[in-house]
Amino acid sequence: MESNDLVELRQVHKIYYRDRNEVPVLQGIDLDIRQGEFVALMGPSGSGKSTLLNLVAGIDTPTQGNVRVAGESLGQLKPSKLAAWRARHIGFIFQLYNLIPVLTASQNVELPLLLTRLSAKERKKRVLFALELVGLTGREKHFPRQLSGGEEQRVAIARAIVGDPTLIVADEPTGDLDARNAADILLLLQRLNRELRKTILMVTHDPHAAERAQRVLHLDKGVLQADGQARRIETGARS
Amino acid sequence: MKYVRLIVANLMRAKRRTFLTVFSIAVALFLFCTLRTVITSFEASIRASEATRLVVRHGASLVFPLPLSYRDRLTQVQGVTGVTYGNWFGGFYQDPKNQFAQFAMDVPTMFGLFPETVIPPDQLRAFQAERTSCIIGRALARKYSWKVGDTVPIIGTIYPGEWRFVVRGIYEGKTQDVDENTLFFHWDYLNESLPEGRKNYVGIYWLRIASPSMAAAVSERVDAMFQNSSQPTKTETEKAFQAGFISMIGNVQLLLTIIGSAIVFAIMLVTINTMMMAARERTTEIAVLKTLGFSNGLILRLVGGEALLVSLLGGLLGCGLAALVFQKTDFTGGGFFPNFRVLPQTVLTGILLAALMGVLSGLAPAISAAHLKIANAMRKVV
Repeated sequence: MESNDLVELRQVHKIYYRDRNEVPVLQGIDLDIRQGEFVALMGPSGSGKSTLLNLVAGIDTPTQGNVRVAGESLGQLKPSKLAAWRARHIGFIFQLYNLIPVLTASQNVELPLLLTRLSAKERKKRVLFALELVGLTGREKHFPRQLSGGEEQRVAIARAIVGDPTLIVADEPTGDLDARNAADILLLLQRLNRELRKTILMVTHDPHAAERAQRVLHLDKGVLQADGQARRIETGARS
Repeated sequence: MKYVRLIVANLMRAKRRTFLTVFSIAVALFLFCTLRTVITSFEASIRASEATRLVVRHGASLVFPLPLSYRDRLTQVQGVTGVTYGNWFGGFYQDPKNQFAQFAMDVPTMFGLFPETVIPPDQLRAFQAERTSCIIGRALARKYSWKVGDTVPIIGTIYPGEWRFVVRGIYEGKTQDVDENTLFFHWDYLNESLPEGRKNYVGIYWLRIASPSMAAAVSERVDAMFQNSSQPTKTETEKAFQAGFISMIGNVQLLLTIIGSAIVFAIMLVTINTMMMAARERTTEIAVLKTLGFSNGLILRLVGGEALLVSLLGGLLGCGLAALVFQKTDFTGGGFFPNFRVLPQTVLTGILLAALMGVLSGLAPAISAAHLKIANAMRKVV
């Protein structure tokens, strides 16, 4: 029987080398994420959350183990195929938005679509739809410097979803926002998950943010805690 | 095409830097075109030379004249089908900086030997009929706004005094290589005005021969004829004469090529540095693009494309400006470069050079951007 898991990590290790020292970041990670799930990944600084996210998004490679996402073993792909795979399957949301400052909101959102064969007209249509979805209708021609932090992150989310990716990965998407904007962004992610059935893997420090997810994972010193245990730890931490 | 907007947007983020880079490339290519045109304008006289024309001058030096009496003997040399002669006048118009070539020519015979010079028949007749008249090249007429009927005063340096000539014709060259910056007047007019001791001397004889293959034999015959006289001759093809004339200034071509290459090379190093800086400043953005799925090859083309666009803009500006400026100003370098015209092939070479500069200056930053590790780049910033 075929697995329903969109993300499958098996015995994944990641070691960084600083000077001549080995720094193990991830140790024997086994992880499954089902299609349509909203998973939060928590853990202290340096626990390997972002590294794990990068491995799932195909922008870093494991030292050992297998990463399989959207039916593809990422270790088998050549750089050009991996880039094409990312364009097709991954929508990435960064903590610091990382919009291109010299492009307008709509031009930023259009970037992933430039890699497709869509006509300019079709691209424009999709960009406007994505901006409407994140509540930024009317701000198409604004440059990032003309937007608030919350609005910039919405543009980044629109850019992440415009290509209709299989998986959205978000690296502390509310880390640079005030409470109100953070709540709005989390609500938006929740809507994307519930209404559009988008699978989301979100790294966060914030237990309130993690509450929005259907499942919370905890990573500590490169080791993933059991799911149930993770949920208990977070709940305990809040009480 | 859809990526051009991205390239242009990136270039416009630091407008001043982009402008200065384009400007420095434009200056380098302007200088390249100018120096290259110095060489091609020298070469124009060689290109305009006829293979069936020989030049006879004094065997010791061009500055020593030959007797007029040689004319009849040259006419009788086997293989010679025509003879004309003339003297370099070496004057200026109003001010010493207004230099251009003036030749006193034997008018009845000159047009038979220089068929590449075209003049309307009525103007030719008027010129031939009037001893104090002259004809001028089209470029010279344009430069000084002279027209038929004007009187042109020329201050002589080799032949002192003010000489006044009435313009009776404006000639054109059959090809672009023909010098249109010269004034021709009657040799007889010059000769009769000279003191007795300077009369009946000729600077150069031009001989027409039946076929280019006869050049060596005819030259030998002419020089042998005057070998033991007090004024021996040196006869050579017009092409060899022009080449020898140019070589008198030294190996200008090599010197100018070295200077031109040095300028272009120096500007290229500056451009490489600028493009590397520009790419380095955008490390995070490049990592973001790669995260979105932009392949290494596409990133390489985008970053390289910026350098190429900047260089091509600079090249078009510099080469275009050079072509325009020298055309509009009728620059002749004080009469030293009568054919100072930026050739289309010079502009093309300049633009190709600019493209090469673009490729070379974009190569290092483009490769470095293409090989950027996303995770490493993001870790440095986030």
